[in-house]
Amino acid sequence: MLAYIVRRLLHSILVLIAVGFIAFSLFTYVGDPINNMVGVEATEAEREWARKALGIDDPFPVQFARFAWHAVQGDFGQSFRLSIPVETAIGDRLPATLELVFVAAVMALAIGVPLGVYTGLHRDGAISRILLTASLVGISLPTFLIGIILILVFSVWLGWLPSFGRGATVDLWGWESNLVTWEGFKSIILPSITLCLFQLTLLMRLVRAEMLEVLRTDYIKFARARGLTNRAVNFGHALKNTLVPVITITGLQIGSLIAFAIITETVFQWPGMGLLFLQAIQFVDIPVMAAYLCLVAFIFVVINLMVDLLYYAIDPRLRLEGTGHAH
Amino acid sequence: MSQTGNTQPLLRVENLRVEFPTRRGTLVAVDDISFHIDEGEVLGVVGESGAGKSLTGAAIIGLLDPPGRIADGQVIFNGKRIDNFSYEQMRRLRGDQIAMVFQDPLTSLNPLYTIGKQLTETIRTHVSVDERGARTRAIELLNEVGIPAAERRVGQFPHQFSGGMRQRVVIALALAANPRLIIADEPTTALDVSIQAQIISLLKRLCREHGTAVMLVTHDMGVIAETADRVAVMYAGRIVEVGPVQDVIKRAQHPYTHGLMGSIPVIRHDVERLIQIDGAMPRLTDIPSGCAFNPRCPRVFEYCRVERPELMDVGATRAACWLFDEAREQAGGAR
Amino acid sequence: MATVMGAEQTTRSWFWRLRDSLHRFFDSDIFYSFRRSPVTVLAFVTTVIFFVAAFAAPILAPFNTNDVATLNLMDAFRPPAWMAGGSSEHLLGTDEQGRDVLSAIMFGTQVSLIVGFLSVIFSVVLGVGLGLISGYVGGRTDHLIMRIADVQLSFPAVLVALLLFGFAKAVLPRGLQDAVAIYVLIVAIGLSNWVQFARTVRGSTMVEKSKEYVQAARVIGRSPFAIMVQHVLPNVMGPVLVIATISLALAIITEATLSFLGVGVPPTQPSLGTLIRFGNNFLFSGEWWMTIFPGLALVILALAVNLLGDWLRDALNPKLR
Repeated sequence: MLAYIVRRLLHSILVLIAVGFIAFSLFTYVGDPINNMVGVEATEAEREWARKALGIDDPFPVQFARFAWHAVQGDFGQSFRLSIPVETAIGDRLPATLELVFVAAVMALAIGVPLGVYTGLHRDGAISRILLTASLVGISLPTFLIGIILILVFSVWLGWLPSFGRGATVDLWGWESNLVTWEGFKSIILPSITLCLFQLTLLMRLVRAEMLEVLRTDYIKFARARGLTNRAVNFGHALKNTLVPVITITGLQIGSLIAFAIITETVFQWPGMGLLFLQAIQFVDIPVMAAYLCLVAFIFVVINLMVDLLYYAIDPRLRLEGTGHAH
Repeated sequence: MSQTGNTQPLLRVENLRVEFPTRRGTLVAVDDISFHIDEGEVLGVVGESGAGKSLTGAAIIGLLDPPGRIADGQVIFNGKRIDNFSYEQMRRLRGDQIAMVFQDPLTSLNPLYTIGKQLTETIRTHVSVDERGARTRAIELLNEVGIPAAERRVGQFPHQFSGGMRQRVVIALALAANPRLIIADEPTTALDVSIQAQIISLLKRLCREHGTAVMLVTHDMGVIAETADRVAVMYAGRIVEVGPVQDVIKRAQHPYTHGLMGSIPVIRHDVERLIQIDGAMPRLTDIPSGCAFNPRCPRVFEYCRVERPELMDVGATRAACWLFDEAREQAGGAR
Repeated sequence: MATVMGAEQTTRSWFWRLRDSLHRFFDSDIFYSFRRSPVTVLAFVTTVIFFVAAFAAPILAPFNTNDVATLNLMDAFRPPAWMAGGSSEHLLGTDEQGRDVLSAIMFGTQVSLIVGFLSVIFSVVLGVGLGLISGYVGGRTDHLIMRIADVQLSFPAVLVALLLFGFAKAVLPRGLQDAVAIYVLIVAIGLSNWVQFARTVRGSTMVEKSKEYVQAARVIGRSPFAIMVQHVLPNVMGPVLVIATISLALAIITEATLSFLGVGVPPTQPSLGTLIRFGNNFLFSGEWWMTIFPGLALVILALAVNLLGDWLRDALNPKLR
């Protein structure tokens, strides 16, 4: 058990270092960092000062170590475009993205999993067929198009819901939230639906495929041969075995949602991290790019680690090392 | 628990026909077979892979995988016809009256449930008893099948058991509600040879003690010789010979059975070559007309290709072969 | 005399062989399941229509939207033909510069399809290659490649493509950017999709590697790698084809997304995604057709390809036969 955790931790740290390395290269070597810092019309004295401040003449490992040290503390310098510290820029926008992702994740899970179970159990039913066709459309619909269509219908034509921005947020001890009031919630509905649809579809198809696979196994056949009720077979044995791999996939979904938020935030002008990152790419705002990269990698790694631990806790087969072996 | 005086067989299968509709036409996997199993007896069903043995078992217990279906015939259990039962009616029968054991004990058990849970849920499905009572019974069952330290092992997971132990657990699960009939589909094929003997003797003992009848499906004649009271030999979806096990083995009448027995090496006999039957069992799509065995039969004659033989009495056994119908034989000019 | 006869015979035998294999194909299980499913046939027909419309655009399109000289600002903002103010000349309306939407869609589809195809080919080559190496060499290399694959799998295609694109944009000097944009895009999308191919091929390779003929090859002097590849490739063709089809749909959507975000193809060669982006600006003023029709085209194309991929997977799956 312990060995497993340690191995996963080491692996995670390695990934973080690798990503940090890429971010660092971006930071230091892309473009001319001196120009980036003091502008093209700087005097020689200013350049000299910048050179010293950036420590460009220092050996590579030292530079990397310095970068890593700052990075771990969240200090990525100043955004070129916004002229404020990167950590402030990201910090301001993090709640927006996190809330959006949270709502979308809950919706995708709450709808996707039950639908997947249903279409797995009632394989050839009419409703299942309709749902499956709809799901195929779902994965053929790009996220941004969903957003546009939703805006067209609900904002432009019907005027029910706002089409951009976060609207009326409530300040909860520094965390701006859309979830507390109905007004605030109205703003988050369309973006979160847009964000969740692709994942929902994917989740539904995944759960269905798993369910069908499980229902074909010998232990389900044996369960039926023992005369267990349909309820016990479908919702006891089959469901439990289906959900185990699904749980792990769900963890990865959250990471994917964070990435897809970029698109949604663009369509709805939602002031989150994703929009910030996109603008950073367009303006070649290196510090922000590097910071986003590291932050996202960190989140992914943490999620992966939690998923691994969860998997370990649920599947008894992985605990083979601990218990006494059979004879 | 012997059933003296009870003349009605526990299970009667009459003219059973199992079909698979495919786009190339309908495949007949089990073609008009009839047999019976008495209370407490062990009927071996032997034949090559693809002869239809497993499907017969699946059809009896109502677990045919679609699109397979029972196209014709009847399955009569305890005097009542069951092949037309609804799923729910059949479900109540399964585990309680008729149980089935499959080949691979590893995949037969749900890896995420403790075997205690799998046992208690089976028990509580058929017997109205509370959780504690079920657990006690579960431990009893494990003891019966020879699992040591049952108290402790009842809380363990399937992967913590060895292959032989797992098959014992499977047998315990099958016996949990004390069924009248167990269909054992190749119960030892996936096990080491050394374990096979243990499992077979366990099965024998338990069935004798509980008076449970067994339909033992296998391709291993040795297991049949050890365990069965009677044996039915299947070929291409048909039964070609059926009778008491010693008679079928020592005095096989049907040419196919004869070839089967001859191809088994016996330590005591000193032979130059084992008998080998040329050719292979036909595919379901290419079954010859008349007797299915006729292309490979060393004693074939004209009439064999014309009409399919029914089971006929030949001494102590019954064989489906025109050789034993004097009229046809003479008319057809048998060798 | 003999050679003339020989040539004639060769052509004839070619003809018979072609006829035979066509017969076999139309008689096969695969074509049967194709015929049986009207949805798949529809999907196939739709895809063909899109292909033809896209690649014959220069001939078929009513207007050449890339040629600035043919644009007439008087024609701008025309709604589709069936609405008030529309004209039968512009079936789906025009945009703010007078470009015919239908023609723009046709040319845009061409760009989308080219980028999509090329990126899938890139993914296939990269994925199959890495899979072969990983499976054959094994050991550390295999471990490393699979680890990279694992990590990459947790990053969605869009993100990977965005990162690569951003990286390229930052690295390349400004003048070069537009010209190279399309290649960077192809590589970016291709790089985000190789993992599934690699995994499948690696599995097959590992199975083949353990077989004896690979060892035997060394004995007779042939490279064991070459002979193994010869055996692995026919086996993986089916699954690779299925994954490639589904990847194509994903690539088309990814490219559209990137173009919509402004980091895709340069505006001089608009793809469907670019068209949607341009049209989006006019959504609020009511000229919805400029963005919805390209959007519809995109969805229908992706759906058709996805349906084909779905059918292909079921048709080639031995378990479901």
